[in-house]
Amino acid sequence: MSSENRKYKWVGTRQIRPDGHDKVTGRAKFGSDFSVSGMIHGRVLRSPHAHAVIKSIDTSEAEALNGVKAVITSKDFKDQSSELKAAGEGMINYRDMTRNIMAREKALYDGHAVAAVAATTAEIADAALELIKVDYEVLPHVIDVDEAMKDGAPILHEEMVPSGIEIGGPTNIAKFVEFSLGDTKKGFDEADIIIERSYKTEAVHQGYIEPHAVVASVTEDGQAQIWCCTQGQFQVRAFVAQLLGMPTSSIRVTPSEIGGGFGGKTVVYLEPLATLLSKKSGKPVKMTMTREEVFRASGPTSGGSMTYKIGAKKDGKITAVEGSNKLLAGAFSGAPAGPACMCAVAPYDIKNVYINGYDVVVNRPKVAAYRAPGAPISAFGAESIIDEVAKELGIDPLKIRKLNAAKKGTQAAYGPTFREIGYEETVDIAMGHDHYLAPLGPNQGRGVASGFWFNIGGESSATVNINEDGTAVVISGSPDIGGSRASLALMAAETLGIDYDKVRPIVADTASVGYNFVTGGSRVTFATGLAVVEAAKDAVRQLCERAAKIWEVDAEAVIWDDGHAKPASSNVGDFEPLSLSSLAGQANKTGGPICGHNAQNVQGAGPAFATHICDVEVDPETGNVTVLRYTAIQDVGRAIHPSYVEGQIQGGAAQGIGWALNEEYIYNSKGQLDNPGFLDYRIPVASDLPMIDAVIVEVPNDRHPYGVRGVGEVPIVPPMAAVANAIENATGVRMSALPMSPPRLLAALDQADVKEAAE
Amino acid sequence: MESIQFRKPETVDEAVKLLQGADGDARILAGGTDLLVQLRAHMIDPGVIVDIKSIAETRELTKNDDGSYTIGAAVAGAEAHERDDITADWPGVIEAWDLIGSTQIQGRASLGGNLCNASPAGDSVPAMVAAGMTANIAGPDGRRTLPVEKITAGPGKTNLKKGEFIVSFNLPAKPSNGGDAYLRLIPRTEMDIAVVGCGAALTLDESGTVTSAKISLGAVAATVLVVEDAAKAIIGTKLEPEAMSALDAACQAACNPIDDKRGTVEYRTKVAGVLGRRVVSIAANRAGKN
Ligand SMILES: Cc1cc2nc3c(=O)[nH]c(=O)nc-3n(C[C@H](O)[C@H](O)[C@H](O)COP(=O)(O)OP(=O)(O)OC[C@H]3O[C@@H](n4cnc5c(N)ncnc54)[C@H](O)[C@@H]3O)c2cc1C
Repeated sequence: MSSENRKYKWVGTRQIRPDGHDKVTGRAKFGSDFSVSGMIHGRVLRSPHAHAVIKSIDTSEAEALNGVKAVITSKDFKDQSSELKAAGEGMINYRDMTRNIMAREKALYDGHAVAAVAATTAEIADAALELIKVDYEVLPHVIDVDEAMKDGAPILHEEMVPSGIEIGGPTNIAKFVEFSLGDTKKGFDEADIIIERSYKTEAVHQGYIEPHAVVASVTEDGQAQIWCCTQGQFQVRAFVAQLLGMPTSSIRVTPSEIGGGFGGKTVVYLEPLATLLSKKSGKPVKMTMTREEVFRASGPTSGGSMTYKIGAKKDGKITAVEGSNKLLAGAFSGAPAGPACMCAVAPYDIKNVYINGYDVVVNRPKVAAYRAPGAPISAFGAESIIDEVAKELGIDPLKIRKLNAAKKGTQAAYGPTFREIGYEETVDIAMGHDHYLAPLGPNQGRGVASGFWFNIGGESSATVNINEDGTAVVISGSPDIGGSRASLALMAAETLGIDYDKVRPIVADTASVGYNFVTGGSRVTFATGLAVVEAAKDAVRQLCERAAKIWEVDAEAVIWDDGHAKPASSNVGDFEPLSLSSLAGQANKTGGPICGHNAQNVQGAGPAFATHICDVEVDPETGNVTVLRYTAIQDVGRAIHPSYVEGQIQGGAAQGIGWALNEEYIYNSKGQLDNPGFLDYRIPVASDLPMIDAVIVEVPNDRHPYGVRGVGEVPIVPPMAAVANAIENATGVRMSALPMSPPRLLAALDQADVKEAAE
Repeated sequence: MESIQFRKPETVDEAVKLLQGADGDARILAGGTDLLVQLRAHMIDPGVIVDIKSIAETRELTKNDDGSYTIGAAVAGAEAHERDDITADWPGVIEAWDLIGSTQIQGRASLGGNLCNASPAGDSVPAMVAAGMTANIAGPDGRRTLPVEKITAGPGKTNLKKGEFIVSFNLPAKPSNGGDAYLRLIPRTEMDIAVVGCGAALTLDESGTVTSAKISLGAVAATVLVVEDAAKAIIGTKLEPEAMSALDAACQAACNPIDDKRGTVEYRTKVAGVLGRRVVSIAANRAGKN
């Protein structure tokens, strides 16, 4: 690491974020803050049934209501074919997408959109919804993933043909995937101890504070402007273009500030509806979801049902792992079964692994991405069972992780061989951390768990414009959720050799910068950061050319150092260095504006690893769990802005603790969501959590100029198992299903007491 | 979408007239922390809103010469919390009131609102009941006084008649050897609705024997409960383990909860016993410190 250890002037410092003042003063404009003149209001009619055939929809009375300007149903959207089409990184099934934004043959979940209205006021639009008559034929429904896989379960899509598996006849299994390495039979034969367990996790919502919101305006000549809160304005553009059959060039999408997304705003719900309502009414249309709509109709991440089997030698060496992950997808396929399989045991060097996964449809809203989709689910199983093995063998749970740690050169069960990675470092730091060595009181317990996430690169475009006064504007197209503007500005300042406050980063609309894939996959600081660095280098190259022109020497004879053009050596001549601002000031005389560009499909994302330590206290009489102390250790490659790296780590851990302890969807017997609000969908509040201690480990990613790895996702992978392991340590009771809420934990504690008394 | 009339009377009589005269649904507004939420959620559609905060009597918190208190029905939690006298005398009532919502909510939340919203889970209610508080009601037929436990009739329903509202509450003088306490169970630490709430007030003699007790449970039945068997279980005891088990059992036996998203019948019942024991210990501890 020594050669990497050179000091940067800006990278690694904690500067005030460019959007900071606006956010603390309330000036920042989020999705629903946006308005245009002449705007009308759209509302959505949603199915009260979990599963029903839509026999007919009569909108005539709604259309006749005074003030109503447009009404739409699925009839207003052309149907789409079922083949997968490329959209950025992912492959999209537009047949499913058009049915998800507006139910067609059937309503597939409570809250599924069936019609939408635009009217001069939101009250009139609401009144119009009540005038729409939908004739439903209610069908039996299925909410649970294991139930959905049983013979005789209600079938959501009669025509669905599963991929990767042969099943004669209709099924809710959309997809089967499997990954294997070595020979698990041989591995289990070598084992001294074998443990097999089942686990279950709940579907959980991303819980972003800002609801989905959009204003869309389509003009008479078919040009559309869309302002919305999204993690990907280019994605919105692509989806709306395809769903409404419009040319991409006719749609301009401007992202607002975004009040949380965590993956859940990489999809569209309201945008195509608002655009179509605007097209039909000739007026700009604003739509904002209520919190209830967010819960009933926007995507959570999957819940899972898993089995894991592990074999190990007496010394703790893991010889084999088998796992199966059944993930619920919601109403349309798309559960992250693949990533769940691939990430489960990726932190470990295990020679014999077989893991499979199922993508299963149920009558719930279609899942969307949520921080490291799939990985937290399978890790809950894998990291719980590893803890159990350690306990059985009497080995410290961190020592068993270190003993089996993946390192540079380890082949992961899902295929690739790791380059430089920092997993073992996170375990070493955990083992020596004063948290790990601190004493525990009565009813208290400590748990550890690790996690892995790939991180991604993908398409990014950036422009760095050098202004005439020596300042710079950095234009990217990546919505800033976690402080990425600050990180991009820091890297641009470092590369250009000018001060941070001379760099102004902006997030541009789809017409003002080249294509950018979504803010997701922990990719922005890595991939868009790389594009910004390359664009800054392009500007530097131009600056050097201008100096060469002034000095009348070859461009190659000029170097860029500390914000100045300098002669490469004394042979070039004796020239005073030219500063960026002096070169910028005379740009018009030396060739015109200086604009650096870069656009590429960035490869080489460095994987992220984390190890968490959690202390809990359990109230044995009520089952209440208090998280006393929490330490999250993570290899981040390089922390460009350490505060925002810590923020990501703390946020991910906090969400994982919520997932572990209280978050769940409660459906009634009719399949209707009973807790569509923050009162009863319990994400942690500030007083529920200790200060989460984020420990940054820096093992640089050699494929990024400043060593960046993605940081935003892996911190949500370990918490569920870390909390469960801590509860087991405190009580002797192992919780194998989430959430470990007070009623469930108390029931488990009481059951353990009864068992003990009987023995 | 009918328009709502907003009225702000300055006298009790005026308020009664407005409430009586309204042909649509008339609603009292105190802090509004329940009312406005329900309005926004389209759960209620009142014709008239009568803000009682300009009536002086609803806003005064007075310690009377006999040591008792008169608490205006619209006094906000934060106002009471800042008072050293009531906080020292009745810590249980104050801690229950203080549990309502966050700092922002505390600036508005009243006892009258918490009681008359008639949620079975209202936090201040079991503490008020245990402390022996009564409500001063004004109405078309003049004034009357009812014990707090007689106000609610079921979820969202009170026994107040048309035109009636609560002007203030009486809180008795603190007995010289008395103590009170309130605890609730929520899955989180804040911003949640009680799965079970329990208030207790008791007195001890010199020897530490319980001489009187009142124990009240919230969120385990349609209205707040006074658990007489729980009080009986501890009166005459020094809270020995057997007495505490009897108290636990009495609290459990009194429960008649619903199974809902916030807790199962089994869980609520069990926790009622646990909280009963814990609350009584705290109250006794406070009483013993006098
Ligand atoms: C974020 C949040 C958190 C909350 N947390 C809690 C909590 O932890 N625990 C809890 O118990 N509650 C909680 N609440 C509910 C609410 O804050 C309390 O019930 C509060 O005490 C209500 O008082 P208020 O003065 O605001 O009542 P208002 O909203 O003004 O009135 C409530 C109801 O009582 C009626 N009413 C008010 N005063 C009188 C009167 N004098 N006579 C007759 N009828 C009257 C009103 O017409 C209305 O129907 C919370 C609310 C919010 C918004």
